Amino acid sequence: MRFTHLFILLYIFILFGCKQEKLQLIKIEGKQIKITNTIAANSEIESFTTPFREHIQKDLDSVLAYSADTYSKSDGKYNTAIGNLMADAVFSEASPIFKSKTGHNIDMVLLNYGGIRSILSKGNVTKRTAFKIMPFENSIVVVALKGTQIDSLTYYLSKSKTAHPISKLKLSLNKDYKIIEAKINGKNIEKEKTYYVATNDYLYNGGDNMTFFKTNDSLYVLNYKIRNALIDNFKKADTISPVRDDRFTQK
Amino acid sequence: MKRRDFIQKASAATALVTLGGLGLQSFTNIDKTSKITILHTNDVHSHIDAFSPGDGRNANKGGVARRASLIESIRKENPNTLLLDAGDIFQGTPYFNYYGGELEFKLMSKLKYDAATIGNHDFDNGIEGLYAQLPHAEFQFLSANYDFSNTIMDTHTKPYKVFIKDGIKIGVYGLGIELNGLVDPSMYKETKYLDPIETSQDMTRILKTEEQCDLIICLSHLGYHYKNNPNKISDLALAKATKDINLIIGGHTHTFLSKPTIVKNIEGKNTLVNQVGCYGINLGKIDFYFDSDKNKAAKGTSIIV
Repeated sequence: MRFTHLFILLYIFILFGCKQEKLQLIKIEGKQIKITNTIAANSEIESFTTPFREHIQKDLDSVLAYSADTYSKSDGKYNTAIGNLMADAVFSEASPIFKSKTGHNIDMVLLNYGGIRSILSKGNVTKRTAFKIMPFENSIVVVALKGTQIDSLTYYLSKSKTAHPISKLKLSLNKDYKIIEAKINGKNIEKEKTYYVATNDYLYNGGDNMTFFKTNDSLYVLNYKIRNALIDNFKKADTISPVRDDRFTQK
Repeated sequence: MKRRDFIQKASAATALVTLGGLGLQSFTNIDKTSKITILHTNDVHSHIDAFSPGDGRNANKGGVARRASLIESIRKENPNTLLLDAGDIFQGTPYFNYYGGELEFKLMSKLKYDAATIGNHDFDNGIEGLYAQLPHAEFQFLSANYDFSNTIMDTHTKPYKVFIKDGIKIGVYGLGIELNGLVDPSMYKETKYLDPIETSQDMTRILKTEEQCDLIICLSHLGYHYKNNPNKISDLALAKATKDINLIIGGHTHTFLSKPTIVKNIEGKNTLVNQVGCYGINLGKIDFYFDSDKNKAAKGTSIIV
């Protein structure tokens, strides 16, 4: 009998006493685990990805051209061989498309220094090379800008003091970073003339603070990715040997 | 021995054994403990394969198949584990360019991710491109400060989700970065960005008061901290300006931390902020220990980082 009473008491204790116990956070331990080759690969995951990897690699590694040297975006202060290659490739690949769509010619190209995502290594140039240089999906757009807006564009370049890739624009600064020469196709920029500037959609929308594109006469979307322009350009070349030149300099 | 005596002694012994059993059970019930493990990644950027041995910076690091093994072994040790990602799942390797994110979502589903928030690069194929891959994701997308109601993503994300592990209620909510100026507007369409601090005040109230959560985790793609622009909202700024958040799991800035950062929140209480770099090179692991022992709880929460 005494035990029975004790059991009832215990059950009451368990049912009510413990239910009221709220768990409290008493300790937090935080760490970071490095994922290295000491961890075995999960075979199911590995066999899932293998066919996709093989397909991509086969496509990416087909040789398109040969690069004569290794080119990096840090090779020059105001213009670099790799930047010139990119801007010139956009000019030559996008020009015929723009011409056939609108009847106009592209007057110049402006890309951004940050958009060069990798070096171009000496040796075989493949689709993979284009993916490394331009991993993003940005597409070429052509913006019709008045000469006054081109002045804002060149002013931006003079202030940024960065080797943003340009093509068909020539710009010289003096020691005080003032513009002493700004020419498109060898001619001075006329304030009321309309210029067709090829760039990418990221910059058109104000990326890298390139706000001067917003005041424009019209926008032409080519639906042509920068990377595909590079790939098409590589396909046409046998040997790629871009140079640093005088398109953007400081005297 | 008389038979009657024997029965009495035997039943007494049985009773004692039973009592002992009950006593032990009630003792463990009084001092109940629980351990919740939070695993997290951020800015994996389509890095499915490990870096090659010849890579200049990250040789032999990362790889989804290795991450899968690691997560499996941690889950085996503690089934009360949540696996979370803080966004920028897409963009960075040809896997994304060729397959548009399908593989990334399928692999995260195979790894049994519980939830992810949306990063700016997850809009790289447009909001339609993100929507198109949703059927491959068997985990919940969380975003409390992107209003998708006028977009194709409407009803496909939740502001928060409450997970229950070992009786512990864990509230997780998501925060995204301001897209204007970062992502082409034609990509995110009519996605509305809401203030992260105000959103967090709402979320923590709901999760703490209405949902009665024991743990509140913010899954953020705001960025760790902006040295050159300290007024820009970041994980550190958010932690300082809010209350009741136990852990902010961050992304966007690809920040490698030697250890999680402890920040005093608006009430002077500790909030943990963590981020594990990028490209699936690291896995973050935060263990939360709960105890019902009032004496232990009275000492407060110790943080070992």
